[in-house]
Amino acid sequence: MYNLFRFLQKNHLLLLFLLLETIAFSMLLRSNTYHRSAAFKLSNSISGRVYNVQKTVTDYFYLQQANELLADENARLREELYNLSEKTDSLKVQTPESVFSFMQARVVSNSVQFRNNYIIIDKGSAQGLHKDMGLISSEGVAGIITGVSKNYATAISLLHKFAVISVRFKKSGQLANLSWKGGDYRLGQIDHIPTHLELKTGDTLVTSGHSHLFPPGILVGTIAEYYPSTNEALNSASISFFTHFNKLRQVYVVENHHKAEIDSLINTRPYE
Amino acid sequence: MIHSLTQGLMSKALISGLRFVGLLILQLLVLNHIRIGGYVNPYVYPLFILMLPFAMPGWMLLIAGFMMGFVMDLMMSTPGLHTAATVWLAFMRPAVVRLVSGRPLPESVEEPGIFQLGGRWFFGYSITLISLHHLALFLLESFSFNQIGSSLYRTLLSVPVSEILILLLVYLFSGIKKR
Repeated sequence: MYNLFRFLQKNHLLLLFLLLETIAFSMLLRSNTYHRSAAFKLSNSISGRVYNVQKTVTDYFYLQQANELLADENARLREELYNLSEKTDSLKVQTPESVFSFMQARVVSNSVQFRNNYIIIDKGSAQGLHKDMGLISSEGVAGIITGVSKNYATAISLLHKFAVISVRFKKSGQLANLSWKGGDYRLGQIDHIPTHLELKTGDTLVTSGHSHLFPPGILVGTIAEYYPSTNEALNSASISFFTHFNKLRQVYVVENHHKAEIDSLINTRPYE
Repeated sequence: MIHSLTQGLMSKALISGLRFVGLLILQLLVLNHIRIGGYVNPYVYPLFILMLPFAMPGWMLLIAGFMMGFVMDLMMSTPGLHTAATVWLAFMRPAVVRLVSGRPLPESVEEPGIFQLGGRWFFGYSITLISLHHLALFLLESFSFNQIGSSLYRTLLSVPVSEILILLLVYLFSGIKKR
């Protein structure tokens, strides 16, 4: 017993150090997969409020830019709406009840320079947000919501090591996975492209819709550079994002009303 | 006598508290928005641990490091990351003080500073600890072996920027106190 006390006394610093590091690492590891990275609730509401104050000040400097972006988007939507009404006119299909709904939100905090970047927006559970909803900008895909508090939500940006999204080459219809390897915030990467696919720089990538977070067909990026593999294996390419992550101010939260249903199907596999 | 002693302690605690809040605000609202190439992420909040008095016992340093890191994590939604790095920094501080000083510090010096111990001493002290902190932070941030290169690159680019900012801050603020 005496020896134990002596040991504790002699090494109390090391033991305290180990204890505190264990706490830190358990937090780190628990958050270390995308599905479990629901950042602390507390953090959302506190940091949300702090960043909100900052944003209300800095927003004024970007009003013009924001207006231009929204005007561009309006124009595009108007065009799409026009095309759509023409199509439905001649086809008279029964329109299914809408699967996806969109909600506008303001970015209160965002970063691009870290290895793992987060976006905090000014909508939360009070506005019906929950985990695993998609986040898109007017230009393209932006992130995935991982945690909500009452009035704010945290999303991992596409610029995050857990943000791997399923994309489709618009031209060939082939699927690929897009991820971000750090560094330049304008460039993502796709690996494991079959060599028989003919790709050109400038080819467009859209969401596949297979993750059920995003509707299919949302713009993601274009091929910036294409790296044929040296040993006839799988190729890779760097993708330039449509979304300007450095300028992100206005975003839309996408809700898939059928996600819970699809997930329950995926989770019940009787023959496994 | 006792009254003045407690008053001295109170004012020291107050200064540390102000430093804590000041560095936090500087880090979150200014430095976290620096975007140079995506590899330069300066962090000055460890200066809080660097500036704590020499007389502070080791366990208190560790707790202080835990608190500073935890608040950073709360604000940056990175659970555990800054906590782990800052506790590590606080743990290494006494050893680095011994290493950089080489001999027992004069008793009159109560806390680290440029004017009390000389610029060279403070530079060696701060850059060693900041490098240890940044290295731990960037390695834990990517948390994978195949990105060690990129983490080292990040550390190499960020440490000088952090160090310059820290020297500037310490120089400015200790200048005010001296006069």
